[in-house]
Amino acid sequence: MVETTDQIFVILKHWLLHSVPDQWQPLFSAVLSVAAIIVTFATLFAITTLLERKGLGRIQNRYGPNRVGPYGLLQPVADGLKALTKEDIIPHTADKAVHFLAPLVLVVPVFLALAVVPVGRNMAALDTDAGVLFFFAVGAATELSVFMAGWSSRNKYSLLGAMRAIAQMISYEVPLILAAVTVIMAAGSLSTVSIIEAQAGYWGVVPRWNVLTPWGLAGFILFMIAAAAESNRSPFDLPEAESEIIAGYYTEYSGFKFALFFLGEYLGLFAVSGMGITLFLGGWHAPLAWLEWLPSWFWFFAKLLVLIGGFIWVRGTLPRLRMDQLMGLAWKLMLPLALANILAAGVWRFMPVGAGRWIVCSILVVVPYLVLGRAFAGRSQMGKRVYRFAD
Amino acid sequence: MSLPFAIIAVLTLASAVAAMSLRNLVHCALALTVTFAGLAAFYLTLDAQFIGYAQILVYIGAVAILIVFAILLTQGGDAPRQSSFSASSVVGVGIAVAVFGLLSGIILTSRALTHEIRPPPEATVRQIGNQLMGKFILPLEVVGLLLTAALIGAVLIAMREKQDKSR
Repeated sequence: MVETTDQIFVILKHWLLHSVPDQWQPLFSAVLSVAAIIVTFATLFAITTLLERKGLGRIQNRYGPNRVGPYGLLQPVADGLKALTKEDIIPHTADKAVHFLAPLVLVVPVFLALAVVPVGRNMAALDTDAGVLFFFAVGAATELSVFMAGWSSRNKYSLLGAMRAIAQMISYEVPLILAAVTVIMAAGSLSTVSIIEAQAGYWGVVPRWNVLTPWGLAGFILFMIAAAAESNRSPFDLPEAESEIIAGYYTEYSGFKFALFFLGEYLGLFAVSGMGITLFLGGWHAPLAWLEWLPSWFWFFAKLLVLIGGFIWVRGTLPRLRMDQLMGLAWKLMLPLALANILAAGVWRFMPVGAGRWIVCSILVVVPYLVLGRAFAGRSQMGKRVYRFAD
Repeated sequence: MSLPFAIIAVLTLASAVAAMSLRNLVHCALALTVTFAGLAAFYLTLDAQFIGYAQILVYIGAVAILIVFAILLTQGGDAPRQSSFSASSVVGVGIAVAVFGLLSGIILTSRALTHEIRPPPEATVRQIGNQLMGKFILPLEVVGLLLTAALIGAVLIAMREKQDKSR
C-alpha cells in the first residue's frame, strides 16, 4: 500500500503508456512528463501567489485578498482571468519581435530546468548524467530574456532594470554554482538522482542530508541567498524595484505577457528551490525514519512549500539592498565564503569519520565568516541610528 | 541525414546568416545567440553532453551577455547601421570561400572518410571529470591560474581608473 501511494504517478504513467502503440511510446512518455510538470508547477504557482499575498498581508497587518470565493481562495482564478482579458499593449517605439519573444525565452528554459529536479522516487522527468550542469546551463538563458525585455521596450526604466538584473544574476551565479559544487564533490556525481541517493539513510535518527554537515549548512545558506538573488526576490528585487524604477524590465508589459513573466519568475523560484532541496535537503527523502510511510513526492512538495514560505517571510521582513551593497555581498563576502566552503567539503571528504572532522570543518567555515564579517562591519561604521529632525 | 540534424542545421545556418546581415546590432547579437544554441544542440545530438551544456552555460550565459553589454556601452545599439555592404565585404567573401574550399578539400581527402568508422569512445561526464582531476590536472591548474590573473588584472584596471578620478 505504501509502495503504491509512493509510486502512484509512475504506475499511472506506465498504465497510460501501454494504451498506445509501441513506436509512439517514447514520444508519448515525453509528452506525459512535460504535461505533468506544466500542470503541477502552474498549479503550485497559483497557490503560491495566493499564499504570498495572504502572508504579506498578515505581515503588514492587513487581510490580504478575501473577496473572491471563501477566504479569497479563488483569487488566483480572478487574477488569471484578468491577465487574459487585459489589453496587450506594445509601446509604439518598441522592438516588436524581441518584445514578443522575451517572455517565451524566460518561461521555456525555466520549465526545462524543472525537468531535472526529481520530485519523488523514480520521478525525475530527465535523469541525465549531467543533471546539475543542465540545470545551471538552461538557467543562464533567462538572463538573455531579461535583457531582451529591457532593451526592446525602449524605456529608460526598463533598460536600467535589465542592466541591474543582468549584473545581479551574473554576480550571484558564481556563489550559487560554487555552493552547489560542494555537494557534487561529496556525491561524486552531477546526476540529480544519484545526488539524492547519496543522501539516503540515517545517522541514528538524524537523516544523512548534506545540510546537516558543517559545509552543507554553510553551502545551503549561501545557495538560498544566491537563489533569492537569482530569482530577483526581495531583498534582492532591485531589477524590479517598483518604488525606484517602476517595475524594471517589465514596465512595458501588460496582460498575458506580464503574467508569463510573473509565471517565469515564480517557476524559477520553484526550480532553484527544488535544486536546493535536491542538493542539500535530501530531495524526496523523509526527515525521520518512522515518517517514511508518507509518499516521496509529498516530502518534496512539503519541503518546497517550507522554502517558499521562508522566501515570503524574508520578503515581508527585509528592506531592499542598495546596488553597491548587493555587489559587495556577492563578491566580497559570499564568493570567499563559498571558496572556503569548498575547502571544508574537501577536508570533510578525506578526514576519518568522527568528531575531528566536525571540529576542523566547522572552524574552516565559521572562521572566514567571522573574519570577513567583522572586517566589513568595522569599515562601514554602523552605529546607533541618529534622528536629525524627528527627535 | 536525420530530421533533428536537418532542423538544427537549418536553424544554425539561418541564424548565422541573420547575425551577419541584420541592420540592428542587438538583433545581430541575439541571432548569434541562436547560432550558439544550435551548436550546443549539435553537440547534444552527438551525445557530447558535457560539451553541449558547457556551450550553453558559457556562450549563451556569458559570451552573449558580454557582447550585448559591449554593444550597449559603446552606443552601438542606438542607431541602425547604414549598410552592411562595403568594399571589404567582397574581400571577406573571397576569404570565406577560400577557407571553405580548403577545409572541404582537406576533409574530402582525409583518411577518416576512407577508413571504416570505429564506434565512438564513450565520454561520460564522470570520465571527463576524472581525466581533468587526474591526468590533466596540470593544464587545468595552469588555465585556472591564467584566468585568475586575467580577473585580477581586470579588477586592477577598473580600480586605477577610480583612483584617478578622485584626485
